Amino acid sequence: MTAHEVSRGYEIVVGLEVHCELATNTKLFCGCANQFGSEPNTNICPVCLGLPGSLPVLNERAVEFALRVGEAFNFDVPERSVFHRKNYFYPDMPKNFQTSQYDEPICSEGTLDVDGVTIRITRAHLEEDTGKSTHVGGDGGRIHGADHSLIDYNRAGVPLLEIVSEPDIRSAEQAARYVEELRATLLAIGVSDVKMEEGSMRVDANVSVRLVGATEFGKRCEVKNMNSIRSVRRAVAYEAERQIDLITSGERIMQETRHWNEDDGRTHSMRSKEEAFDYRYFPEPDLVPVEPTAEMRSLVRSQMPELPAAKRERLIDAWAITEHDARVIVDVPGLAEYAEAAVAVLGGGTPKDIVNWLTGDFLGFLNETGTKLDDSNLRPAGLAELVGMVVGGSISRNQGKDVMADALRSGEAPVAIVAARGIAQVSDAGALSGVLEVVFAANVDALDAYRSGDDKMKKKKRGFLMGEAMKATKGDGNPQLLNQLLDQMLEAL
Amino acid sequence: MTAREIAAAVRTGARSARSVLEEHFARIDVREAELHAFNYLMREQAFGAADAIDSAVARGEDPGCLAGVPVAVKDNFCTRGVPTTCSSKILEGWTPPYDSTAVARLHAAGAVLVGKTNLDEFAMGSSTENSAFGPTRNPHDPSRVPGGSSGGSAVAVAAGFSAIAYGSDTGGSIRQPAALCGVVGVKPTYGSVSRYGLVAFASSLDQIGPFAVDVGDAALALEAVWGYDPMDSTSLDATMDSLSDSLDRGVAGLRVGIVRELTEVDGIAPEVQARVAAAAEALSAAGAKVDYVSVPSVSYGLSAYYLIAPAEASSNLARYDGVRYGRRDAGADVATMNSATRDAGFGAEVKRRIMLGTYALSAGYYDSYYGKAQKVRTLIIQDFARAYEQFDVLLTPTAPTVAFEFGSKTADPLAMYLSDVCTIPTNLAGHCAISVPYGTAEPTSGATLTSDGNPKQLPIGVQVLAPALGEATMFRVAKAIEASAP
Amino acid sequence: MPEVPAPLTRADVMHVAQLARLAITESEAELFTEQLAVILDHANDVASLDIDSVVPTAHPLPLVNAFRKDEVRPSVDRDEVLRTAPDALDHRFRVPKILGDS
Ligand SMILES: [Mg+2]
Ligand SMILES: [Zn+2]
Repeated sequence: MTAHEVSRGYEIVVGLEVHCELATNTKLFCGCANQFGSEPNTNICPVCLGLPGSLPVLNERAVEFALRVGEAFNFDVPERSVFHRKNYFYPDMPKNFQTSQYDEPICSEGTLDVDGVTIRITRAHLEEDTGKSTHVGGDGGRIHGADHSLIDYNRAGVPLLEIVSEPDIRSAEQAARYVEELRATLLAIGVSDVKMEEGSMRVDANVSVRLVGATEFGKRCEVKNMNSIRSVRRAVAYEAERQIDLITSGERIMQETRHWNEDDGRTHSMRSKEEAFDYRYFPEPDLVPVEPTAEMRSLVRSQMPELPAAKRERLIDAWAITEHDARVIVDVPGLAEYAEAAVAVLGGGTPKDIVNWLTGDFLGFLNETGTKLDDSNLRPAGLAELVGMVVGGSISRNQGKDVMADALRSGEAPVAIVAARGIAQVSDAGALSGVLEVVFAANVDALDAYRSGDDKMKKKKRGFLMGEAMKATKGDGNPQLLNQLLDQMLEAL
Repeated sequence: MTAREIAAAVRTGARSARSVLEEHFARIDVREAELHAFNYLMREQAFGAADAIDSAVARGEDPGCLAGVPVAVKDNFCTRGVPTTCSSKILEGWTPPYDSTAVARLHAAGAVLVGKTNLDEFAMGSSTENSAFGPTRNPHDPSRVPGGSSGGSAVAVAAGFSAIAYGSDTGGSIRQPAALCGVVGVKPTYGSVSRYGLVAFASSLDQIGPFAVDVGDAALALEAVWGYDPMDSTSLDATMDSLSDSLDRGVAGLRVGIVRELTEVDGIAPEVQARVAAAAEALSAAGAKVDYVSVPSVSYGLSAYYLIAPAEASSNLARYDGVRYGRRDAGADVATMNSATRDAGFGAEVKRRIMLGTYALSAGYYDSYYGKAQKVRTLIIQDFARAYEQFDVLLTPTAPTVAFEFGSKTADPLAMYLSDVCTIPTNLAGHCAISVPYGTAEPTSGATLTSDGNPKQLPIGVQVLAPALGEATMFRVAKAIEASAP
Repeated sequence: MPEVPAPLTRADVMHVAQLARLAITESEAELFTEQLAVILDHANDVASLDIDSVVPTAHPLPLVNAFRKDEVRPSVDRDEVLRTAPDALDHRFRVPKILGDS
């Protein structure tokens, strides 16, 4: 059961806070490039360095992207949203306040359906990212034990959208699936790279547990530092079990922030210096409110692509493929478009055949070789051609696999490869009859069983003999012809 | 020579910018050591700029509306490559990598920057006594303060160190020193002059404005720097009515309201009340309809201001932490280093306001203090709106008294804060106001005697208030007041 | 009539100094407690106003939607900025060790 997991009589309650960096050209409040991996401190200016006298001006596209998110997750977009200052000292943060949205966010009350369960999203708000510290000295770059830190402000001021869910998630698997769905949608609407490894999508989980049937929430811990969807699943599962262990052994949960350690598979309390947190939010006087106009909203609406959930449903219906295959096709960026292009020029077979070839050897090859879909040598038309040849019987399935591998490596068209290598199914009746004779000779028991058996047995044994014959031709035998010859020989018994 | 005369002479080649500048530096060389108007003199850059303007004129080019006009800017305007300290030890030695928009516009208009003027640290004060680099003295009586926080700019103009000067006004920091030094000072409509590159004190209140010897120069000086700036989100994208064109249109038929709550009340010196009454009479004689008006909520202005301004300041000044620029004092870890730097870098008044503002925003107090003050702001705006249904401009004193003696209010912050009681409501409302010199008086106590044994006379300013973007009318009234000044 | 907050204490002053990262001395704490109490007492004329229904004004002018196009502008020169930094190393700003978490 993924949606509602119960352990030792306790249920898990999870809310997720997802920060995603918006894929704008420039930062949220200045014209510096929003670029990952630049030389340190090369994308900086008076504004994002917080120099005295500098002032922020809001990036129009960041607002547009937030509005797209509003559309994608059925958010209310209030008439007005307001930036506040969140005041606390941290050297990564040039002004020692973060410009963020507080009680008037750009999006409020949205939803996300995860495997048929609706998870409520409290809000999505715009805020600026911090710079990045490198901790030098001490134990391998960790903050504790370092003797000094070096700060690069390239990331300071990069636009973030913080998406906060209600505590509606009830299992580690559901938490992981929520993040997967969220990520696929954000990617589809083009607002973020959502790369958890590069930090362009960061997930924090608020985890608590309570006795099944309880209405009050338990004390929660905030788990940070999960760098993949797999670690979200593992960290939430670990943290919930840890809390249940504590409660069942009579101890209390401390509300705290905990750090997920991928290596030991545990969450660890973050020892923090005794410090009072009081963010003293107040409206940012250097910015004016955002009031999305009807024009802005309708422009955004007109630019919305088909969302992953809708696309999956459409493909399942139209192509008669499984939920699993639809998910694979839709979640790999660009793959659905690829499949649709191939289906459009299909010269034999069904869309499902295209999907099978794509989710099988094709993706396997891309993953093994680290090839990007856009860079792959086999284009949709070539794939359709290949599927056509296999379905039409001019080459066998196994031969098709070889041809695909060749096409992916060399970039030659499948038909050209088949012609050049002289690949064809064995369709010579004499040769195939010979194969069947050998199979018959080696399987006398099966032939006896066929002869004396009822219809069901006859069918079973016939299938077995056919399989053996295909095996003997290494899959290159023309299955139609082989079937025909087999029937003839069985009748003649 | 007025700035208008200088620009006209330089543009036509009748005077060289260099010779104009030499005259101003001659005055600086005589009196600056005593008055301390400047934190930094840009002598070399200034002569370079003057020569460039003279060459441009020689080539037949027009250097702009402030051609060759010597200008001083408050030391909280960012100037590329030129020290910008805000009169604070925390920024000592810092040179910004960029020019504020106002400074860029001054350069573009052909102005010659002579130096960065002294101020109360981070513009927090009303006497320029809170400068980390020593106080500025009032040229009319050096034993008295020039007012503040833009005291250095007021003195630069009053002492003839520059033809015009610029300051910033958060609660009266241009108008009050203008009044105390006997020059014109303008706080324009919020958003009319870009704040980009003005080191923030209280962002929702700060506004740049000019000092000048007369109303005509003030108009020219304001027109040189105002207008929309895409670098400031709070900049107004509006067409401004020309000030210079409407200055001389007189006041016949204009309705002038004397604000009762800011004029005939305790704390406003009788000699100041008398000057406001005289100015009102003069306006009436010039054809204006003058009457009293009540703007009740302005009585809460001072309290609201001393919650809002420190709150915004506490956040604006958080960036001075020893990490990226300015001073750093040693500490074993970042937090200790931050605290040590801020302790050594900030003066007492700045710390007091940071503490006050942090408290006003903190959990449990926000609603009673900061939140309440913002509501008072609404009431003040509403009351002004009602007053402006009946009146085109309002009239009040600029400051409650003439210039006071050094040290007389430093021990009692609240007494100092009261210096701004008449100027603060304008900032809270985002409106515009101008202080015009209107005669002199001797102080009620401790008067300095002149060589012939008479008590020294000190300047008094009257203040004209107008609604947002009401500058054109406000300047007409100011011009009429100036014309009748004793 | 709304109640005014309790008078400021020395403990409040110490707490606020910590929030504001000001290393104040004992005698400063004493003085600030006294002076801030006087100012806050004056501010109680505002704190005691019964104006719950009034909409707060955060900004003097009713401006909205001040946007910037998403176009890259040149950055400032890194060396110019790092030259004026209190401490820098390897093109980055150097600070003493950071305790606690972000
Ligand atoms: Mg956040
Ligand atoms: Zn920047």
